Amino acid sequence: MPFTSAVITFPGSNCDRDMAVAMEEVCGGTVHRVWHGDATLPEGLDFIAVPGGFSYGDYLRSGAMAARSPIMQAVVEAAGRGVPVLGVCNGFQILTEAGLLPGALMRNAGIRFVCREVPLKVENSQSLFTQRYFKDQVITIPVAHHDGNYFADAETLDRLEGEGRVAFRYAEPVNGSQRDIAGVLNAAGNVLGMMPHPERMIEAAQGGTDGRKLFEGVLAGLNVSA
Amino acid sequence: MKVRVHVSLKNGVLDPQGRAIHHALEGLGFAGVKDVRAGRLFELDVADDTSDDALDDMCRKLLANMVIENYRIEKVAA
Repeated sequence: MPFTSAVITFPGSNCDRDMAVAMEEVCGGTVHRVWHGDATLPEGLDFIAVPGGFSYGDYLRSGAMAARSPIMQAVVEAAGRGVPVLGVCNGFQILTEAGLLPGALMRNAGIRFVCREVPLKVENSQSLFTQRYFKDQVITIPVAHHDGNYFADAETLDRLEGEGRVAFRYAEPVNGSQRDIAGVLNAAGNVLGMMPHPERMIEAAQGGTDGRKLFEGVLAGLNVSA
Repeated sequence: MKVRVHVSLKNGVLDPQGRAIHHALEGLGFAGVKDVRAGRLFELDVADDTSDDALDDMCRKLLANMVIENYRIEKVAA
């Protein structure tokens, strides 16, 4: 079976095309574009991406409205069946609001929008998404967000660390995130949310290729042909 | 029935916006402001027979993010 994936588009998403191109480029196969108002996902998905942007104009809270849209119920259900789900930036905010990942993403501690390349340390190199990296490897991936300040209570943070669910950590202060957390996994390891944009580091022309290995990992882990 | 829902950050959760507003007030010359916390106010007009449980549910499921926020429901006399 060829690799089959989907990118969800909400009103206000703006990284959906970049995500689809990255998935096509690295994973191959078929990338379905799914609209937020759809109630069902295409059959037989190997991978779902919830992209960045400003879904619903960030009304109420970043990701809050998108998390309650019809398609997200289908995404939550698919995640429960073990389908890999990646949420980047606004996608991460949506996954926390939908309850797929713990914690919340608050306004950056410095108030300002942060848009630059940041060094990320790979904390867990055993997950589906991070298996092509080395533990403690420092990679460069861009961020572009206003609400990336990861918050969870100390007990939750301790649990995440203890269970190896911190996938990536900022190697320098970026947005005030608790313990510099940049990306977290769910308990089953098939859902990853992260603020940095791996889909923007796929080809040398983009300034680097450190994002490729994330998509390569997903492809390798699923044992399907590109 | 008119209902006001006040949503505020939990104690201990840093509030960068409140801090910036605090600085701005000081910049305008207002002395003696000790702290500022920013929140949200929702004004709802709901059916008279809406139960307290339903109102709680609305807050928990959408109006507040229970990871970082508290809410308070205030019924407003007509």
